[in-house]
Amino acid sequence: MSKCRSCGEAAVVDLPRHNANFCATHLQQLCVRQVQRAISDYAMFDESARILVAVSGGKDSLALWDMLTELGYRADGLYIGLGIGEYSEESQRITCEFAAERGLTLHTVDLRSDHGFDIPTAARATRRVPCSACGLSKRHIFDRETARLGYDVLATGHNLDDEAAVLLGNTIRWDVDYLARQFPVLEAGHGFPRKVKPLIRLTEREMAAWCVIRGIDYVVEECPMAIGNRHSGYKETLNDMDERSPGTKASFYLGFLDRMAPLIRSAPQSQGAPEACPSCGAPSSSSETPCAFCRLESTSSSHEPVAVRMVLNRTARRAFDAQWGGE
Amino acid sequence: MIVRLRQPRREVEMAGGRAAHAVLHDLGLSREGHLIIRNGTLVPSDTMLDDGDVIEIRPVISGG
Repeated sequence: MSKCRSCGEAAVVDLPRHNANFCATHLQQLCVRQVQRAISDYAMFDESARILVAVSGGKDSLALWDMLTELGYRADGLYIGLGIGEYSEESQRITCEFAAERGLTLHTVDLRSDHGFDIPTAARATRRVPCSACGLSKRHIFDRETARLGYDVLATGHNLDDEAAVLLGNTIRWDVDYLARQFPVLEAGHGFPRKVKPLIRLTEREMAAWCVIRGIDYVVEECPMAIGNRHSGYKETLNDMDERSPGTKASFYLGFLDRMAPLIRSAPQSQGAPEACPSCGAPSSSSETPCAFCRLESTSSSHEPVAVRMVLNRTARRAFDAQWGGE
Repeated sequence: MIVRLRQPRREVEMAGGRAAHAVLHDLGLSREGHLIIRNGTLVPSDTMLDDGDVIEIRPVISGG
């Protein structure tokens, strides 16, 4: 029987990057300490801050909301209904139940009813990759609602695996502008709210273990539109490396933050201050033409609704049919 | 033992008497990308599994 490194009781999870096993109590302690360290190291917020947590119904955002409220922070949630069929319906149900059971405040924006489109339709209408249309919509709405509702900071559930995968992609492309912005805190300014990522020191496996131990119901299945995307491929590559040499992911990303990010961030940035979208007022590259979200909304809301299954590749469609039933 | 897998959801019957990480290996799954839940309880991957166990192998990677 594996024993917890901290107390010697029966372990529930092995964490090779720490070369140790942990019981439920001490895994939670480890997670909380890592979050507290991230908040402190990057001065993300203090006890007085009003925090808006971007929640999706997945393990990371619900675990983050759970941890922040456990630590005594004033954290409310914002859920965006993306209209990705049964996947979105289950995500919303789980998120609403999580908030209701804990007496937490949850704000909701629904793309279809509030903006006249959903992600499958946007992907088809604009010929964008679904994850691109989704990311654009979420960023726009999270930014807007954080400001509109008067929150001090937007917290997202990006974990170490997420950030390491993005770093790998940015490095492969040597995208210096993106590398310079890949930091756990993005300061407010130019119409953007302050954004923070308190989970950057914790892996996906640790976040999933947190949810299992804490009895948090979350959407385990991956978004059908994200199956097989490039981001997932980068994660699998990094996990393969981590299996052979535990701690590789953490070394790659946290080493970047400690030693490379300060060098890149001190260099002159190529992007100037954004202008305001003439349609919605959000930050935009031009004051003459609508911002990317307004263009997406305009094109997609006039398009006939498209079912999720119709914009999936063959692999994703098979997985979708097996999970949710064919249409 | 019964092994429950996700993405998509399915069940396979496998022999017990071996460690959880060996089951992952046989299924071609990475330890870093999965949790092992035995009879409803989270367990480390060196846990020996029995013929009567119900095992959930839960993926942890999300692509969003």
